[in-house]
This record gives sequence, C-alpha cells and structure tokens, in this order.
Amino acid sequence: MKSSVKATSIHAAYGPRLVLQDVSFSIARGEFFIVIGPNGSGKTTLLKILSAITPFQSGSLEIVGTSMEKYSRKSLARIMALVPQSVPEDLPFTVRELILMARSPRMGLLGLEGDRDIQLAEEAMAFTGVEPLADRKMDQLSGGERQRAFIARAICQEPQIILLDEPTAALDLAHQVRIMDLMEKLRMEKGLTIVMVSHDINLAAMYGNRLMLLKKGQIVRIGLPGEVLTFKTLEEAYECPLLVDESPLGNFQRVTLVPQKFIDGGVPSKARKESG
Amino acid sequence: MKPRKPHILRRICIISTLLLMVLGIIMLLGISVGSTGTNIKETLFSLMGVEKADTMLETIIWRIRLPRVFLATLVGAALSLGGLVFQALLRNPLAEPYILGISSGSGIGAILGILGGLSPFPGVSLAAFAGSMATLSLLLFMTSGKTMLKKNVLLLSGVMVNAFCAAFIMFLISITQDDRLHNIIFWLMGDLSMADLPQVWLLAAVVIPSAVLIFCLSNTMNLFLMGRELAQTMGVNIKFITATLLVATSIMVSATVAACGPIGFVGLVIPHLLRLIVGPDHRVLVPACLLGGSAYVVLCDILARTLPEQGEMPAGVITAMIGAPLFIILLKKSGS
Repeated sequence: MKSSVKATSIHAAYGPRLVLQDVSFSIARGEFFIVIGPNGSGKTTLLKILSAITPFQSGSLEIVGTSMEKYSRKSLARIMALVPQSVPEDLPFTVRELILMARSPRMGLLGLEGDRDIQLAEEAMAFTGVEPLADRKMDQLSGGERQRAFIARAICQEPQIILLDEPTAALDLAHQVRIMDLMEKLRMEKGLTIVMVSHDINLAAMYGNRLMLLKKGQIVRIGLPGEVLTFKTLEEAYECPLLVDESPLGNFQRVTLVPQKFIDGGVPSKARKESG
Repeated sequence: MKPRKPHILRRICIISTLLLMVLGIIMLLGISVGSTGTNIKETLFSLMGVEKADTMLETIIWRIRLPRVFLATLVGAALSLGGLVFQALLRNPLAEPYILGISSGSGIGAILGILGGLSPFPGVSLAAFAGSMATLSLLLFMTSGKTMLKKNVLLLSGVMVNAFCAAFIMFLISITQDDRLHNIIFWLMGDLSMADLPQVWLLAAVVIPSAVLIFCLSNTMNLFLMGRELAQTMGVNIKFITATLLVATSIMVSATVAACGPIGFVGLVIPHLLRLIVGPDHRVLVPACLLGGSAYVVLCDILARTLPEQGEMPAGVITAMIGAPLFIILLKKSGS
C-alpha cells in the first residue's frame, strides 16, 4: 500500500539555525502517528513543512505517493487538512459558516457552496457533536468546543490526512480524552491518516499506532509506543527525572514525572527497578 | 428548531435587491433635486422619455445632474469596496484605501498638474492618477518580498508614505500664491460638481472590472480572516491573492480620487455599518458595499447641493461630517 507521507532526509533551517536535520520517516495510510519531543525539538516545524506552510531546504517529501512540489495549494488542500493550535480569537463567523468554508478548495470561481457542501458540513458537525452549536459565534465557544469545531472543519475538507498541532494542550481532562477518542473514531470509521504533534506522552502512549520522538531537530527513536517510551530513551530526550511503568489500563506505557523533592529523598527503589 | 439561514446565493440576491431599491430611490432623488427646485414627477417622465419637460430642465437633468449622480454612484461604490478590501487584507478595522497614501499621492499629482497649468480633465485627473500609482509602486517596492505578508509592515509603511505626501502637499501649497491656490484647495476638498459623461464612462471602465474581480475573490477574503497559515492550508496562495487585491483595489481607488479628489470616510463607515447588518461574509458584503457606498455618496452629494443657502459645499465635507460621528457610534455599538 502507498504510504500517506514519506519523508526522506529532510533538512530545514530558519536562517542559519538548523531546525530539522536528516529527518526520514514514513506514515502508512490509516495510521495514528504522533510526534513527541521537548520544546524546540522541531515538532511544529515538521507539521508546518507537511502542510506546506514552511519550506524545507533539502530532502524529499511525498504526500500520497506524489512529490510535494507537484501539488498546487488547492490540490494539496483536497488531500490534507490542518487543525491549528492557535487561531484568531475574534473570528466573526458562526460554527456552521466556519465549517462550510472548508469546502473552498473544491468550490468554483465564485466560491459559492452547493447543497452537497451544506450536507457535508452537517455530517461533519454530527460526527464531532457540534450540531447544537451550529449557529453560535466562534468567539462565544469554550476551548473544547472551539477545538471540536475546528476538527469538524478539517473533516469537512474531506482530506485523506489530518494534521493536528497539540489539539489537547489547552483542554481539561474530559475534553482531552474526548478529542483523542474523536480522532480514533475518525481513523477507524473513515480510514483517515492522523498525524499529531503532542506534548502529552501518556495520551500518545494510549492512542498512537507509532510514535516519533524528536530532539533538537533529529529523530531519537521512531516505532511502536513500547519501543519509543522506554526509560532510557525518554530520559535522554527530555533530560529530566521520570519513571516509566505499565498503565493500570494494561498494555500501555505510563510516564510519571519525578519532582525534585523525591530525588532529594531518593527515588523509590521499586519504581527504579521497573523503569530501569 | 431555529430557522436555517437561506442559501448563500439567495442571501446575496435578497440583500442586493433591497439595497438596489434604496440606491434607485436615492439616485432618482439626486436627479430630481437641485437649485432650480425639486420635481420628481417631471424628472421621472423625462428619464423615461414619456413626456418632455421644458428644455431648460431637460438640459439640467441630462447634462448636469445625471452625470453627477452617476459619478457619485461610482465614487461611492469604489471607495466603500476599497475600504472593505483593505480591512480584510490588513485585518485592521481602521484600514481605508487612503491610509496607504493613495489619496495624498494623487493629491501631489493633481497639484503638480494644476501648477503646470493642465486642464481639469483629462490633464489634472491623469496627473492625479499617475501620482497615486507612483505612491503605490513605491509602497509595494518598499514592502516587497517577505515583509509584504506581515500586515503591520504594509500598514505602517503606508502611514509614513501618507505623512510624507501630506507634508509635500503643504509645501506645494505654501509656495503657491496666485489663484491656482483656490483650485488646489478645491481639489483637495473632494468635489463631484465637475462631472461630465466621458469622465463617468472612463471611471466605470476601471471600477466595474475591478469590482467583478474582487467579487470573485470574496470567498478567499473570508479565508483570510482565519489567519494566513490556515488560509494557506485551505488552498489560498496568500502572496498572489494579496498582491492581486492590493493592485486591483488601488487602481480602482486611484481612478476615483483622480476623478473627484479625496472623499473621506466612505470606506470606513459603509463596510462597518453593513457588517453589523448583513454579517461578516464577504460574498454578501462585496455587493452590499458597492450598492450601499453608492447610495451614501449620492445622498451626501444631495445634501452638499441643497444644504447651503447659496452655492454648494464639496461632497467630501458632508461624507466626513456625517461619517466621523457615525463611525464612533458604530464602534460603540459593535463593542457592546
């Protein structure tokens, strides 16, 4: 099967500063792929390169088997949709209007939507549960509602790949799980490829099919959650004291941060044995 | 269940038809009202060719009032649409075509034309057009490349260009002493009284294609409001669209300023007012601003002709005197 994304030896720089160095990976169709790593590791830059917002200096990037340079912005928008981390606060549109705008890459010269566009917007709202909010203004929504509206917008774009930039960063626990469940449902029911950048290692462990751990623009490890989320790899990447054990839910890794006061008193030996 | 909003095409048609009716009534009023008295019935008959009015009124209607009302219509449409585009492009509610120095640039052109002894039309108009296009080219050159996309760079450069041109205009005025000074000041006040038909056709030939182009990009202007990164992922070539909108709008506004001098506040007041009434969708706002701006300027011109006991005022005085307070009221309203 053709891979959704195939990156070979990507180098990217802002001026003289190298942000990505020799990054190669491929993402299979229908995969839930999560990129993790400390601040400044190049996660967000990678997402911007994938969505053609930022150019890269060398290497090659294929989206669904076709080289990135061969896409026009419009044709790329028909394959890939982005759920951004931050959007203008003062968006004057209603939820329905926002979601309908996702049809733009497929609209004609005048940019007027047809019945099918309206129907797809309704379906996207139903899928994400934002139907009751359809006529509310975007600036009247809570963080979780906004995030779901933007996911509905991405779905309405009818992409094969959805890119998400830290979609759970500003959300409470219930909404974090809700958003992640939604992405899992999207992957299972519609067969979409999900590429997500996240700071939350525990969510990544539970939802990701494969993870990629970046540090200072380079890949530290790429593979199944169990292969990436080991004590040694994580401690090396994040340079902070932490513990890795098994989640009470079963076959997932669980990462626990260790505050300084526990180190001063000595890390409990049981945890050290299991994680080391 | 709440009633669904009608389909976009129906909304555009309904709102445009309503505004077209308002514009029609105001235009008829504009052709009927004048220093020789008001006679709507006779005017209507004369326009429809049913019954000839007396030759004096006939001449006034066809030679003086009709070109003037048409000019006011085009000027209003261009300035109000110009304001809408600049506000979307710069994501700044205070943006207006004049803020980038387009009017003061054409002011310099016009003054140099007057000082050089050119005829009002086409001489001074062409000089004014050249002046504003030169200012625009300078501005685009200054902000070309990557910086153009950062809205504040364009806006701030525009404000500086504007300030420089204003100072240069003051300089030109200060060294002029004969009766050309009166012509300069009259030009700078913004005036529709010199309208004649060739001028109207010329302006229409610029404004109408620009407006059609801008309407085709109106959905893209909606996407602009999402921020440039997200707009890009929705298939918008930001740089190309920005340049296209900027150039189309500037040519349209330059031609307008060249025809009648700077008439202020239309581009601020009308888009804000209509946004409150019809909402933020540019596909509706573009036709609404065209029609609403026309109606506003024709109305202001009627007031400019009829309010003074003797003679008349420049229309620019009225648009600003109504526009500035109205804008403040709208700001308070939209803030609450």
